[in-house]
Amino acid sequence: MKSETGNIGIVRPQFYTFGEPPHELQLESGQKLGPITLAYETYGELNSQKNNAILILHAFSGDAHAAGYHEGESKPGWWDNMIGPGKAFDTNQYFIICSNIIGGCKGSTGPSSENPKTGRPYALDFPMITVGDIIQTQRYLIDHLGIERLLCVVGGSMGGMQALQWVASYPERVKCCIPIACTLKHSPQQIAFDEVGRQAVMADPDWQEGRYYGTGRQPERGLAVARMIGHITYMSDQSMEAKFSRRLKEKNYSFNFQTDFEVEGYLRYRGDNFVKRFDANSYLYVTKAMDYFDLSDGKLFPHGKTVPTRFLVISFASDWLYPSYQSTDIVKQLRVRHVDVTYCEIKSTYGHDAFLLEVEEETQLIKHFLKVTSKRP
Amino acid sequence: MVNKRIRIDHKIICRMVKPGSKVLDLGCGDGELLRLLADEKQALVQGIELDEKEIYQCVEKGVSVFHGDIEAGLIGYPDRSFDYVIMNQSMQETKNLTFVVDEALRVGEKAIIGFPNFAHYRARLRLFFEGKTPMTPSLPNRWYSTPNLHFLTLTDFDDFCRERNIRILERHFLAADKKVTLFPNLFALNGLFMVESKKS
Repeated sequence: MKSETGNIGIVRPQFYTFGEPPHELQLESGQKLGPITLAYETYGELNSQKNNAILILHAFSGDAHAAGYHEGESKPGWWDNMIGPGKAFDTNQYFIICSNIIGGCKGSTGPSSENPKTGRPYALDFPMITVGDIIQTQRYLIDHLGIERLLCVVGGSMGGMQALQWVASYPERVKCCIPIACTLKHSPQQIAFDEVGRQAVMADPDWQEGRYYGTGRQPERGLAVARMIGHITYMSDQSMEAKFSRRLKEKNYSFNFQTDFEVEGYLRYRGDNFVKRFDANSYLYVTKAMDYFDLSDGKLFPHGKTVPTRFLVISFASDWLYPSYQSTDIVKQLRVRHVDVTYCEIKSTYGHDAFLLEVEEETQLIKHFLKVTSKRP
Repeated sequence: MVNKRIRIDHKIICRMVKPGSKVLDLGCGDGELLRLLADEKQALVQGIELDEKEIYQCVEKGVSVFHGDIEAGLIGYPDRSFDYVIMNQSMQETKNLTFVVDEALRVGEKAIIGFPNFAHYRARLRLFFEGKTPMTPSLPNRWYSTPNLHFLTLTDFDDFCRERNIRILERHFLAADKKVTLFPNLFALNGLFMVESKKS
């Protein structure tokens, strides 16, 4: 990068609770949920016109901690290389909000939260949620923060789906939208991978029909396997070749079922690590929310003929989980409605993971796109 | 920007376009022409470009652009989405040229088409006297490295339009930095046409 960039330093998670009975939230499934707590973080300052707010939407297993450091931690937020002074999302200019999603397990209300009716964790009594429900809860947060219109909603993967859902739900409240490596609808292949992950969790005897909280057992093996599958889909054949090739962990084959290959070790490590930070029931709920996601056939425009939102759609050439054709399908939908859209397929070998890795290219696109968008009325 | 020399073809196209028009540029490169049209004519502009590097240039200029090839890039636009569809130096590089021209005239009221003239006298001399594939300032590449898939002359384009029911509304014949009036098919390096479909 030519210009100087910095880090935003120590940040703290915040929480907003709403929907206390009898004002529970009506969900798409017809069920109700409340009270609801959302974990979120903010970086930078909201200006006096309140027109510089950007909502960052995280991917499937992400959280509200997008940038900076939590006290005493050495690992920064998940998109720290994109958010901060002088970066793509410049905290000197913009007020950045990152909200966690409901159904998750990172401080927002989800299946592992206490059910006020029973005093025990919801487990499978937690209602099914959709991306539409997730966006509805975020709208409460944006209202709470006093922001009428967001300058931008942006996210990769499931975050991109949320960004699209924002436009579908509240088009007049979004000035621009940047969906990255995502889709208008989950394809059968994407649903299939999710279902294999869910089956892996539910087949684990320690899952106990979801009531594993407080039993001292949880479906660690099942969840780890689910995550291993996930990681395979996030990489590309080429990136796996570059990262692991057929390299062995020891000098020779073990001739047993130890982890011979580095790729096996990597997947096991990723799987085991994931279990420590993610709730198995959240895995089920959030993947299901993604599978229900479908804004095709004009559902991106339920309120009328077109939307005033500008779009920057980004995909990655080697992403086979959310292939570029799904992004160009978004563009086609926008085109039919005469919506202002820019599309770029970034040449990358990283597969779906690219949206977290191709920082320089994304920065070039996003920085200028935001600059131009902020100047427009 | 103010003092920057504007290419003659860009100048002429800029004169052709009515203020406030919707313009689609197929093969828009770094977005320079579209930026000019947005600034000078308050045009609502959109580009299609295959080269990823050019996409970054367009975004930097605030020009909305679609990264992809022209043929796939036109699909999905409703009929008459644009007042003008521009193909300046890109038509002759497309594989399915007739399809692209038809599509351009479907999504646009009018098309503005610019291409290098294969019948320029220097091309003729080189072929006739040297027996070599023509190279001119508007056809600068060797036979093995040219991006052009089709080679045509100003007269060829007239025939093409007649055969395909395309009405020519304006013709401009260009030398390097000025217009050509005399024997254009001999002296013009490039032709620039505004056309529309006779069907409409």
